[in-house]
Amino acid sequence: MGIPTVFITALPTIAQMVGANRIVRGVAITHPTGDPSLAAGDELALRVRILDRAVDMLASEIAPRTVWEIDG
Amino acid sequence: MTVVHYLNQFFAGLGGEEAADHEPIRLEGPRGPGNALVAAGLQIDLTVACGDDRFALDEADSLATLLAWIEEAGADVVVCGPSFGSGRYGYACGVLARELGRTGTPVVAAMTPDSPGVLASEGAAYIVPTTANVAGMRDAVPAVASIASRLAAGTPVGSAEEEGYLPRGLRVNARSEALGAERAVGLILAKLAGDVRTEIAPPTDRVAPPDPLADPASAVFALVTEAGCVPQGNPDRLPTRHANVWLRYPIGDRAELAPEDYLSVHAGFDTTEANRDPDRLVPLDAARALVQAGRIGRIHDEFFTTTGVDTPVAVSTRMGQEIGAEIRNAGVDAVILTGT
Repeated sequence: MGIPTVFITALPTIAQMVGANRIVRGVAITHPTGDPSLAAGDELALRVRILDRAVDMLASEIAPRTVWEIDG
Repeated sequence: MTVVHYLNQFFAGLGGEEAADHEPIRLEGPRGPGNALVAAGLQIDLTVACGDDRFALDEADSLATLLAWIEEAGADVVVCGPSFGSGRYGYACGVLARELGRTGTPVVAAMTPDSPGVLASEGAAYIVPTTANVAGMRDAVPAVASIASRLAAGTPVGSAEEEGYLPRGLRVNARSEALGAERAVGLILAKLAGDVRTEIAPPTDRVAPPDPLADPASAVFALVTEAGCVPQGNPDRLPTRHANVWLRYPIGDRAELAPEDYLSVHAGFDTTEANRDPDRLVPLDAARALVQAGRIGRIHDEFFTTTGVDTPVAVSTRMGQEIGAEIRNAGVDAVILTGT
């Protein structure tokens, strides 16, 4: 009876190794929830998409140590 | 060659639970399972025993007495148990093994793999896995006698995989005929083929996935990060590496983590791009957008932060437990954790 947690990280294999269960692959190590190469509006849209995906995962039954891509 | 055998009150023939407070006692020659070990070819010179409760409640004194007798006997090897699934007996065997390990005395024990004695022994003993009850005696005795005889004689004992004892978490140097490069290539090919074996697994914490959120639209979400995000000026001096603390900062009605207000002090990655827009590390603006859209209920009014650089797993675990307790008290339903 824990608190569901989603881990957004660009290093999902390490997240799996230490036992994280809900993992969304982030954009990059230096900016997991952003992309400096995008225009500001597009970057926010990407960030909303990542979070939307993360919320989906929090509301889903998953197998232990599951990794979801941002666009799955 | 001298072999000492440790037993609890029951196996030493002193009595059952009514004798569990029995003080440490030394008995010449084999007792109980010791006779089976003798039949399997291991000589037993001395038996030392202690009541399970006595050992648990008066550990320091019991241990000192037993260790003194074992040292006085000049033991070349000590056999503990088998204790099977017994928690107190197994624990006593494990603690005795751990202490003997510090003096360099080899120990062979036998117990269930989930006995508290396995952890207590800290790798000091060769532990033969057994069934939970005494029915496993027949299988355990020859294995224990074989390993103990070789240890007493100074003959090498093989790896856990070869011999069947529980991995001890030790690295033992061995000479290989193959060159390092050949072995490295062989290892990577085996790994690619899915043949992954180790006696020293990284310390990991396996927790079953918590139940999913039933209704995100009414749930409270907390933002947590190890990306080292703090207010400008790092007012609480969050360490840039080796952090053993976590901090929390109010985000109240903030729409985003603006670069003039926040920065990352994380020493483990190039923070240039993240510091141009800290939402790239703690996605507050996007979380607000999801609240606006009715997709999620609410964002908890503080975010939690630390720097995850050179952080031991044990420290991370402690911080995670502390943050978990805080947010549980605060009525948070789910966590969005970001890592760099």
